[in-house]
Amino acid sequence: MNPERADVRFMQGNEAVAEAALYAGLRFYAGYPITPSTEIAEILSKRLPDAGGTFIQMEDEIASLCTIIGASLTGLKVMTATSGPGFSLMQEAIGYAVMAEVPSVIVNVQRGGPSTGLPTAVAQGDVNQARWGAHGDHSIVTLTASNLQDVFLMTVEGFNMAETYRTPVILLFDEIVGHMREKVVIPKPGEIEIIERLWTSVREGTNFHPYLRREDGRLPMSAFGGVHRYNVTGLVHDMWGFPSTDPGIAYDLLHHLVDKLENRADSMAHYKEYFIDDAQVLLISYGSAARSALQMVADRRKRGAKLGLLELQSLWPFPRETVREACEGRTHILVVEMNMGQVCHEVKKVVSRPERVFLANRFDGVFISPEDILRVLNMIQGKGV
Amino acid sequence: MPVKDYLRLRFLPHIWCPGCGHGIVMSGMIRAIEQIGLQKNEVVAVSGIGCSSRIVGYLDFHTMHTLHGRALAFATGVKLGRPDLTVIVPMGDGDALAIGGNHFIHAARRNIDLTAIIMNNRIYGMTGGQGSPMTPQGMRSTTSPRGIADPAFDIVELAKGAGASFVARTTTYHATELTRMIEKAIRHRGFSVVEVLSQCPVYYGRQNRIGNGMEMMKGFRDDTAPIGSKKKEARPDLIERGIFVDEDRPPYPGGRGGTNETTMQK
Repeated sequence: MNPERADVRFMQGNEAVAEAALYAGLRFYAGYPITPSTEIAEILSKRLPDAGGTFIQMEDEIASLCTIIGASLTGLKVMTATSGPGFSLMQEAIGYAVMAEVPSVIVNVQRGGPSTGLPTAVAQGDVNQARWGAHGDHSIVTLTASNLQDVFLMTVEGFNMAETYRTPVILLFDEIVGHMREKVVIPKPGEIEIIERLWTSVREGTNFHPYLRREDGRLPMSAFGGVHRYNVTGLVHDMWGFPSTDPGIAYDLLHHLVDKLENRADSMAHYKEYFIDDAQVLLISYGSAARSALQMVADRRKRGAKLGLLELQSLWPFPRETVREACEGRTHILVVEMNMGQVCHEVKKVVSRPERVFLANRFDGVFISPEDILRVLNMIQGKGV
Repeated sequence: MPVKDYLRLRFLPHIWCPGCGHGIVMSGMIRAIEQIGLQKNEVVAVSGIGCSSRIVGYLDFHTMHTLHGRALAFATGVKLGRPDLTVIVPMGDGDALAIGGNHFIHAARRNIDLTAIIMNNRIYGMTGGQGSPMTPQGMRSTTSPRGIADPAFDIVELAKGAGASFVARTTTYHATELTRMIEKAIRHRGFSVVEVLSQCPVYYGRQNRIGNGMEMMKGFRDDTAPIGSKKKEARPDLIERGIFVDEDRPPYPGGRGGTNETTMQK
């Protein structure tokens, strides 16, 4: 390959996730096959050993996530990938990674319905599961994308956020994004900043506190096998990793786990704006549904309709201020998603006039079309259907 | 080194009940590690949930106290991430064989180089004495007031069947044997299982009127016999102690370079 020329490839969404993970420094993958995420495991089973990493197919999704958490503590960048039912199985271990503050990346290529549902059909029904699936109060990072170039970028960003905030990061894609094929320009090494784990500078023989926060909020780590020995637990713990039931320690720890992400919800947010400035009606969408929303907006713009689109790439922590400001002064807000209104509900919570927020959706396994969205728009604008 | 050099003194006193056998298992682990001459930084201990799993907090190694039943899965990640480290996995019987049964058989099948120590007190202690997959049929627990209906597992047979390359059984009464077996298990390359019959006088002993910790340990002395001993020959109902499997089989390759043998040979 000519190093001067960009590495342009035609690839599948799941392949873009795998390539981006390798670009971000993935060194350990454990997983269990499930449609529509399986290609991620298949590709990494071949590519990861060549890149000096480790691939293991585990006995189930629970084991997969537990295994990558263990590997992460030895200092490696880790990932697993799954779909709805497997993601449900992982929830307890997601909570563990939150509590123990272990950097890890979990890909959920969503499928339709509860239970086995629609395994090969598109849906975006796991938005709330990503946020609230694990028990107890906590916060979580969830990113998504609508095209494969963004899938690549958000995957790399997911690894960067996991390392920055010592947290599990969920990459919530959908079946269309995972399975469609598109052009992807693979950035040159160094073109996108890769954030490495923050290792402690505390020397051997000096007390190391694995959960002692720096002023900037980051927690330096020490890998298993290094000179600092410490305890990692899912129990409420102090800065030593020592279990505690002290109400003050519990209060501070749970606040820290929530605040470190929620307080940065807007500065961490990734989103895209299309035709926003003079839009009277604002569409809000994400994932593959945002492609139909954008098509509809672009089509109607040609006919003079003042529509705009806010495409969310950060779902959690929910970018409250970004959404609130974007919705200010619009006659209507139309949320486009493939579920029964999981993001629509969040939008209603943050805007000043929730009665102006409407939902254009499908949850029958069929991709939502620009016509589907237009039909809803006409209804709310009183134009009939 | 004195035992206390291996302990995190700020975690003490421990949470175990008077008469509990788990402290003897901890002591056996420490002595075994000392005899092998491992440095504390070379050892990782990964546990699940329950009384037994609190052991890792007291040990001055790299330690993980994880989720109920999942210790072997976490340990698999640690071992494959750093194959040069010695990874020991202390678990309870419910932890290892009920919720963790699937991980147990697959870790054995893969022959991952881990040392699984199952502290078998035949009961769920931390939640207050409910039946476990190791509670013998007919015995009482808080969830089997009429006597437990389900048959128990035989850990040794299960581990053998699943492919573990080292399988041993002993008790807390036989403390020096315990140390020796754990030492052999750690030295063994591949998946090693050491079942330790450990007494739970407060929840198991009391409900089943077996007596206090001391009396339960005497029971381990009287009701067990070494493999192939005359005692066993005379009384076939006794539980056998000793090393049942010690095979030299290549452990799971793992490590950063390879994933499994097929990939490596490619």
